[in-house]
Amino acid sequence: MKLTLKIWRQKNADAKGKFITYDFDAASPDMSFLEMLDALNTKLIKERTDPVAFDHDCREGICGSCGIYINGHPHGPGKKAITTCHLSMREFKDGDTVYVEPWRAKAFPVVKDLIVDRTAFDKIQIAGGFISTNVGSAPDSHAIPVEKSKADEAFDSAICIGCGACVAACKNASAMLFVSAKISQFALLPQGRIEAKERVQTMVKKMDELGFGNCSNTGACEAECPKEISLVNIARMNREFYWAKIQ
Amino acid sequence: MIKLDANIPEGPLAEKWTRYKASAKLVNPANKKKLDIIVVGTGLAGAGAASALGELGYQVKNFCYQDTPRRAHSVAAQGGINATKNYKNDGDSIYRLFYDMIKGGDYRSREANVYRAAEVSNDVIDHFTAMGVPFARDYGGNLDNRSFGGVQVSRTFYAKGQTGQQCLLGTYSSLIRQISKGTVTMYPRREMLELVIIDGKARGIITRNLITGEIERHSAHAVVLATGGYGTIYYLSTLAVNSNPSAVWKAHKKGAFFANTSFIQIHPTSIPQLNEYQSKLTLMSESLRNDGRIWVPRKKNDKRVANEIPEEERDYYLERRYPAFGNLVPRDVASRAAKERCDAGYGVGETGLAVYLDFRDAIKKQGKKDIEAKYGNLFELCEIITGINPYIDPMRIYPAGHYTMGGLWVDYNLMTTIPGLFSIGESNFSDHGANRLGASSLMQASGDGYFIIPYTISNYLADDIKTPSISTDKQEFEDAEKLVKERLEKLVSINGTQTATSFHKRLGEIMWNYCGMSRNEDGLKKAKQMLEELKKEFWTDLIIPSDLNSVNQEVEKAGRVADYFEIADLMVNDALNRTESCGAHFREESQTPEGEALRDDKNFSYVAAWEYTGESKPHKLHKEELKFENVEVQVRSYK
Amino acid sequence: MGKFFGSSVTKKFVMAVAGLFIILFLMVHLGINFFLLIDDPVPFNSAAHFMATNIIVKVFEVVLMAGFLIHMIWGVVLQIQNWVARPKRYKRTSSSQTSFFSKYMIYLGIIIAVFLFIHFMNFYFVKLGLVEGDHENFHLMANNLFHLPLYVVIYLVSFLFLAFHLHHAFQSAFQTLGLNHNKYTPVIKGIGLIYSIIVPLGFSIIPIVIYFFK
Repeated sequence: MKLTLKIWRQKNADAKGKFITYDFDAASPDMSFLEMLDALNTKLIKERTDPVAFDHDCREGICGSCGIYINGHPHGPGKKAITTCHLSMREFKDGDTVYVEPWRAKAFPVVKDLIVDRTAFDKIQIAGGFISTNVGSAPDSHAIPVEKSKADEAFDSAICIGCGACVAACKNASAMLFVSAKISQFALLPQGRIEAKERVQTMVKKMDELGFGNCSNTGACEAECPKEISLVNIARMNREFYWAKIQ
Repeated sequence: MIKLDANIPEGPLAEKWTRYKASAKLVNPANKKKLDIIVVGTGLAGAGAASALGELGYQVKNFCYQDTPRRAHSVAAQGGINATKNYKNDGDSIYRLFYDMIKGGDYRSREANVYRAAEVSNDVIDHFTAMGVPFARDYGGNLDNRSFGGVQVSRTFYAKGQTGQQCLLGTYSSLIRQISKGTVTMYPRREMLELVIIDGKARGIITRNLITGEIERHSAHAVVLATGGYGTIYYLSTLAVNSNPSAVWKAHKKGAFFANTSFIQIHPTSIPQLNEYQSKLTLMSESLRNDGRIWVPRKKNDKRVANEIPEEERDYYLERRYPAFGNLVPRDVASRAAKERCDAGYGVGETGLAVYLDFRDAIKKQGKKDIEAKYGNLFELCEIITGINPYIDPMRIYPAGHYTMGGLWVDYNLMTTIPGLFSIGESNFSDHGANRLGASSLMQASGDGYFIIPYTISNYLADDIKTPSISTDKQEFEDAEKLVKERLEKLVSINGTQTATSFHKRLGEIMWNYCGMSRNEDGLKKAKQMLEELKKEFWTDLIIPSDLNSVNQEVEKAGRVADYFEIADLMVNDALNRTESCGAHFREESQTPEGEALRDDKNFSYVAAWEYTGESKPHKLHKEELKFENVEVQVRSYK
Repeated sequence: MGKFFGSSVTKKFVMAVAGLFIILFLMVHLGINFFLLIDDPVPFNSAAHFMATNIIVKVFEVVLMAGFLIHMIWGVVLQIQNWVARPKRYKRTSSSQTSFFSKYMIYLGIIIAVFLFIHFMNFYFVKLGLVEGDHENFHLMANNLFHLPLYVVIYLVSFLFLAFHLHHAFQSAFQTLGLNHNKYTPVIKGIGLIYSIIVPLGFSIIPIVIYFFK
């Protein structure tokens, strides 16, 4: 399988990056996209050139480390709801030209090549993405029953892996899907209601400060999210926000 | 010489922890502020410990190699987390979980620690629930439980197939809460490369900033390692590809004993290797064995498509060998049985290293819809990775390295043989004996981090309150930093022709073949020799980019591979030493006529704790005899 | 800037409320416009007169104008922030499954704003006395304009773009206001689709009929 890879190379955060073209033909259709990059890197190392740097860890779609913008899609084209590590080379044809880019957002500066700095997500969550309960102070788990449908909904919001594909996909580089998923998870559970008012305000404020764009309800985030987090979360966040403000 | 003392409190088993807590020394709040603690790792154990210690008022420095603490590999645990709530009224109790863990661990774990792990399990679930972890609930609004890992009670709490993720994200939220309060300082993208010991006590670490390449010094009054296991020693495993035991190994070389190194759990149901480039084996949850039937063709090298093989030509070997438990035998038994069939030439797929896990009968009986409700996401995952649709064709599975029961030796305080150095979660050896019970890793890691270490570390630090903040200008830091820099320079200066990954693959292959699911003396000796040769080749023919002042993922890998060679050697030694079969450790010389594992309690009822004695010197063995006063030692049988 | 204009969520709220107000107004406006199809100028002119003099309508007029202004200014502010949020664009983009016209709202909005300006020059500013003209006979003025081919084309094209703008705007406003529900959102989307076709179509029929048949 022969590919023409056009990969964004950038030495460090301050350097000016550019696309470099690699004609590469060791790709087998059974490989994952990251394994293809591994193979390319082996070749580059042996040629004594700098291998392509990219974030990756669990390689089973759950840690959220990997994230590459491939041929116009975060986590690549083809199957819905997958991470880059699960992107199979079966999605490409012999002779394809593949553009490989890092997430692009002011709030996610490039660190090197395809690695971006996503600490902005941590900062947003530090602003209030938690329930204040100390170790040892919890009541029995059954002290507060939770409606099953609410618990399931909270779970659907909670499965966000924090990869940043929503920001990468959004034409405005907005982080609202990520932020709203966390806010929703807690807003749906009785344990989280206590701080809900404060939480939605501090998290939105931090999100705005960090230079993410605004949501224009385009839905690209939902379409590209590897965990299929729904736009319903953003609506809920808006609701929570207005409610908190008018109270 | 260090005397191995587990420091187990006096008193009856069920009262030990209560008594310990009642009599442990405390540190007053004003003093806690002046005490620094380093926690390495941000999984359930590490992030749990960091947040719990932060809540108490200690100054915590928390390190991880990922870009954010939320990515630690606890995130990948699927099945669930055990607690003895007995919400099902099915007779569960702390003692029963304790008993199941001791038996599951094949009587190679320490009673007092295991009992305590079971004891704090309820607190863990309560805490997670309070933090907003969305565990599965029933229609009454209560938490749901399932039975897991072949035990007789339903004590496993779960959040679909993503329990680990939900528990980790809950723990991450408690961690960032402490970060927001300023009690925890987070150091992401740092790799611990050395432990600093001053006057015999662990006082700091040396890290490499993985972005700038800077070698940094960090000091503290105590150091907690929560860096997980070393399953990646096989190269292909269910672990994250960057998971590594280098921090643990550095601590070992500085004096922390390493226990039961060869006890590695092999998980029976992972997606098999598809090609030589493969970097990772993805787990398919064990729960699949509840409905799937495992088989291979009766004919050797049968190349027919699975669905064309008629019923009478299929060998459901688990049902045949273990009629009572069938497809639900414990992990180690299922893994070895698969290997046995494949080695005998009955394996399927291009490589012949796979067996079928077939849902045909289950779909026929329960309907596609029911099966989809139970396993839909796993079937999808299988299709994404392999292209096989399990609704039509049987899945292919093969065992994969999964969890290391071995680890740093710790006493009841979870302290290693180095004063002030603690080890929690998978990185220590303590609770799982020779084989871990399903859904008990999340439980143990969280228990260690949230509920045990806060007490034991305070007990230790109570004697240290007069020690001022440790200066990083001390000679010991200077020396440690120099050592780290020299090691890195040495790696980049080899300038050979083979990549770190290629060495890792070859190392992994040796370990998988000779020190994997099944071991024998000849094989282990052969492995030792092969490792020695490969290690030499590594140090003469490695090639990595030489830039140490920026992102250099290759030098990270190379450093880890260098440590793997040494751990592999110890693993082989440990496997050679233990001539019995127990739990995940199967010595072919020690089996029943039917081919089942045969324990040797008379000679091996001990923890093998290994002391590092110096470069290319043999490790010294210390034995911690195991006393079973509260359970009757029995033979595990699943016939 | 962020502080002055409020948080991102507040800004969006204002956009949505102003937009929905304009959406309501468009229906009223369309209703009046249908009087143009009657040859007798009296009904249309009296409706226009009523709109120009009634005190309640006058209050709403201020609100409406404020709505237009805020919708435009906020729209531009948000868009600039959005562009700033991604300083370096992707080399290769491809459309994912999304609300298609949402990607072009700013451009559609600008075109509509330009039309609005022409429209104001012709009618609203005349009424206010800012531009010279016979503000007692808008029926005649409209008829004259709708016989100019260029004007009709501009008019029709503008309403086509308005249709595109509305297609996204309608359901988007509800989403922004937090009204998203598994059951009701499809209904809102349906109504939005119908509205974004019917209303611009209604507006467009009038010049066509006048140009060809009157």
